[in-house]
Amino acid sequence: MSPDLLKLIFGRLSIDSLPLHEPILVGTFVMVALGGAALLGGLTYFRLWGYLWREWFTSVDHKRIGIMYMILGIVMLLRGFADALMMRAQQALAFGGSEGFLPSHHYDQVFTAHGVIMIFFVAMPLVTGLMNFVVPLQIGARDVSFPFLNNFSFWMTVGGAVLVMASLFIGEFARTGWLAYPPLSNIGYSPDVGVDYYIWGLQVAGVGTTLSGINLICTIVKLRCPGMTMMKMPVFTWTALCTNILIVASFPVLTVVLALLTLDRYVGTNFFTNDFGGSPMMYVNLIWIWGHPEVYILVLPAFGIFSEVTSTFSGKRLFGYTSMVYATVVITILSYLVWLHHFFTMGSGASVNSFFGITTMIISIPTGAKMFNWLFTMYRGRIRFELPMLWTIAFMLTFVLGGMTGVLLAVPPADFVLHNSLFLIAHFHNVIIGGVVFGAFAGINYWFPKAFGFKLDPFWGKLSFWFWVTGFYLAFMPLYVLGLMGVTRRLRVFDDPSLQIWFVIAAIGAGLVFLGILSMLMQFAVSFLKREQLKDVTGDPWDARTLEWATSSPPPDYNFAFTPVVHDNDAWWDMKKRGYHRPLTGFKPIHMPSSTGTGVILAGLATAMGFGLIWYIWWLAAVSFIAMLAVGIGHTFNYHRDFDIPADDVIRAEDARTKLLAGAK
Amino acid sequence: MSRLKILALLPLAVALSGCNYVVLAPAGDIAAQQRDLVIISTVLMLLIVVPVMALTVLFAWRYRQSNISARYEPEWDHSTSLELVIWSAPLLIIICLGALTWMGTHLLDPYRTLGRIKAEHAVDQSKAPLEVDVVALDWKWLFIYPDYGIATVNDLAAPVDRPINFRITASSVMNSFYIPALAGQIYAMPGMETKLHAVVNHTGTYRGFSANYSGAGFSGMHFNFQGLDDKGFDAWIASAKSAGGSLGRAEYLQLEKPSQNEPVHRYGTIDSDLYRLILNMCVETGKMCQSEMMAIDAKGGNGHEGLNNTLPLAYDKYARRGTVFGPEPTFVAGTCTPDAPQGKTTASITAPVDTAPLLGAGLKRPTFAPLKSSSFFLGLRPKSDS
Repeated sequence: MSPDLLKLIFGRLSIDSLPLHEPILVGTFVMVALGGAALLGGLTYFRLWGYLWREWFTSVDHKRIGIMYMILGIVMLLRGFADALMMRAQQALAFGGSEGFLPSHHYDQVFTAHGVIMIFFVAMPLVTGLMNFVVPLQIGARDVSFPFLNNFSFWMTVGGAVLVMASLFIGEFARTGWLAYPPLSNIGYSPDVGVDYYIWGLQVAGVGTTLSGINLICTIVKLRCPGMTMMKMPVFTWTALCTNILIVASFPVLTVVLALLTLDRYVGTNFFTNDFGGSPMMYVNLIWIWGHPEVYILVLPAFGIFSEVTSTFSGKRLFGYTSMVYATVVITILSYLVWLHHFFTMGSGASVNSFFGITTMIISIPTGAKMFNWLFTMYRGRIRFELPMLWTIAFMLTFVLGGMTGVLLAVPPADFVLHNSLFLIAHFHNVIIGGVVFGAFAGINYWFPKAFGFKLDPFWGKLSFWFWVTGFYLAFMPLYVLGLMGVTRRLRVFDDPSLQIWFVIAAIGAGLVFLGILSMLMQFAVSFLKREQLKDVTGDPWDARTLEWATSSPPPDYNFAFTPVVHDNDAWWDMKKRGYHRPLTGFKPIHMPSSTGTGVILAGLATAMGFGLIWYIWWLAAVSFIAMLAVGIGHTFNYHRDFDIPADDVIRAEDARTKLLAGAK
Repeated sequence: MSRLKILALLPLAVALSGCNYVVLAPAGDIAAQQRDLVIISTVLMLLIVVPVMALTVLFAWRYRQSNISARYEPEWDHSTSLELVIWSAPLLIIICLGALTWMGTHLLDPYRTLGRIKAEHAVDQSKAPLEVDVVALDWKWLFIYPDYGIATVNDLAAPVDRPINFRITASSVMNSFYIPALAGQIYAMPGMETKLHAVVNHTGTYRGFSANYSGAGFSGMHFNFQGLDDKGFDAWIASAKSAGGSLGRAEYLQLEKPSQNEPVHRYGTIDSDLYRLILNMCVETGKMCQSEMMAIDAKGGNGHEGLNNTLPLAYDKYARRGTVFGPEPTFVAGTCTPDAPQGKTTASITAPVDTAPLLGAGLKRPTFAPLKSSSFFLGLRPKSDS
């Protein structure tokens, strides 16, 4: 075939794009291929494809979508953590003239991919998944406002993750750091496909995130059950509302800044180039206008989880509900006024730096108030140290340290000596692991029985907890120390032998975290095997306080047979106290949204379009784009969007629950 | 919790182990003041962090489920006085820290000239500060000493107790110029200049490096910074002068090409205009300097005619830049500078191939057929009178 024809068909994709010369990648590929083949074979053998497609992939049920988000987050955690292990190993080995085992071409991709995956495809799906699962249940709704949009959002997130994962075996990922600062990410310095994978992966996933944000705001504003005024909403729902407002307000900035970078890379504009009037600093400015709210997008729901958990396991009303809500709202607003603290060292004037330093510190006031509120919720409580509560206490002890180093970094002269150092790395892992990850794990352990009807095994859970917590401290405390020795981030080789011991300790810590992750996977497996023993028939295994515990575990498709009426912000606690009786008669047909495969198809086409644009396969991009429009328009003519669950089915489900509850007593 | 206690002891064990905590024990006055701020802020915050951590452990232990002797008040959820305390305690600390921040940020602004060389020692105004121009290249550092007419690669020295004025830029991508022992870092960015004022108080050899990832050779992009006494510094300058070698525009363009783990080298003579040309991204002859471009733009620009004043980009550090759908990569051709009067810009400019009349006053005729995009705009532009 002529080269021109090949180029027309495959763009810049060729056999050389496959990383056949990198033994690590080939090995990984073989492992993934074997695992994937086993998985697909298993699914085929057990004839699960139809079940998965009908009951999960095309489902618009917020509970199933929430669970799928969590699975995505945990799968991507394995990939992101593999990158972390490679970095830790490289930095522990590359001393005394040794180059370590990763050449810069590979190492630089590894740290970029680690950051991108952990933020966009681990933390975001975990947080979004929890919000998706819990929020409608907590507000007494039957689903989110736009169930199809929810399914579409999820699959767009998957599409972004698929593109990022594809870069592992087809071509390469960006070698720019996770925010891809130009000029390094411009076509002049990164001419290959890495940055394009980065751009299109995030753009595809970003559509999903933004739409999901709109969906959840609308759900919380419009679908609360009767009696649930704003100031009677559970705190997790409040934090979910604030987080989604942040998403909707900040993700468009990311979309635009990446679009401008795309124009620079594809059509030769000069937004962020060095010459022709471009300004790379503008990119840095814009991306942090998204990037700083992003960290609050992640941590606010975690705060909400800790509020629910503390109050439940202390057997006590949350202390200072009102100040908790106001603290959340204040953090939401302030998170937009601090982004410049990420680049104090770019030469802004002293007054500008002080302003942003002080606004940053001000955020610690509402955050500190929250910390005290959790403390005084525990005060005069009866604390049960179940897994969610253990994670919460680990969070409280860890997060204050991270918060302290964060405020320290907000003092511009201190930032001048600590910026980009390993001290900074230690700080943000301290808040993201200590806050978001511990929060997600508390949430998983807390709501798992709600989702599946059985508790998670406490033995493996505690093992995982201790591995994670010790591993975290061992892995990151040395980085604080190294930061004070003036060691900067993203280095591949070192020549000062006195540093090595610290990197070795950090690597051991990472190893412990790895055991923590394995224990967690074990915990899921063991719990599944012991599901009869760990079964919860009451729907309220923790003696909890909010509305999601009023229904069965797992909840029926319709969540609540009758929409509950709320009189207190601990609605379920209040119902239990007042001797609530489940209604046993009078069931009516329930109007529900229908499943649809359109979300999967649209997201698949979007991913194909992204792939085409990355590799300059223009026909593929054009065809997928047109197909996307066609399918989108076609879907507007789909009139089978809803159905009624017949009253008989509702009666059958509710009677079964009545029997179970009677048996439990 | 005993595990946590052991971890708390770690920093102490480390302090005794004799490692080099350069950020906490710097050799320069600016870095020392920044270190002081780090410590003061930390202590201020510990005032609240320690009680919170202690209370967490205490409450968790005291109100455990099995301790039925502890009071249990499941409905207690509000106390106005307690609320006042928990909001005002962090507030007070932030007020103190905020005041400290405002003062510290202004006093330690890297753009601010030094007022003292160390505690209780004012700057001697009769002695001129040492001027050093810093250029971050792929992947090495170029230091130009304009007052001494020398330049070095990956080798920096300064006399102790003499203020140093750094002017910092970069040739291609962003880096950050950081010598932890001397002063905090500041970014080095292409086409832009940042400044740093600092002083070194103790003789010795310290490490400097780029603190912002800049590509494949980033790990090897470090240098030694020597604090020398006056005699040692003079000897250092003399040895650089005697090293021979000269750094002009042509040599710079060679030097600028990407290279990794570059050894130290020195240039006895330099083109005195080199730093200005690097900063304005016009070391290659025939390229218009940014300062000129901005001056022209400030006067209203060259209008649509300016679109014609570009030449195809033939040289680049990696390859020809260029985007798949964009116009051919170009640069803005220089028009007229003191050392390159019109017509003397570059040897490679050949006779014009298009016969259109000259555009604009003083603009050079383009040396090739206008770009596709340019001709598109030209087709739309209103006829000019010139």
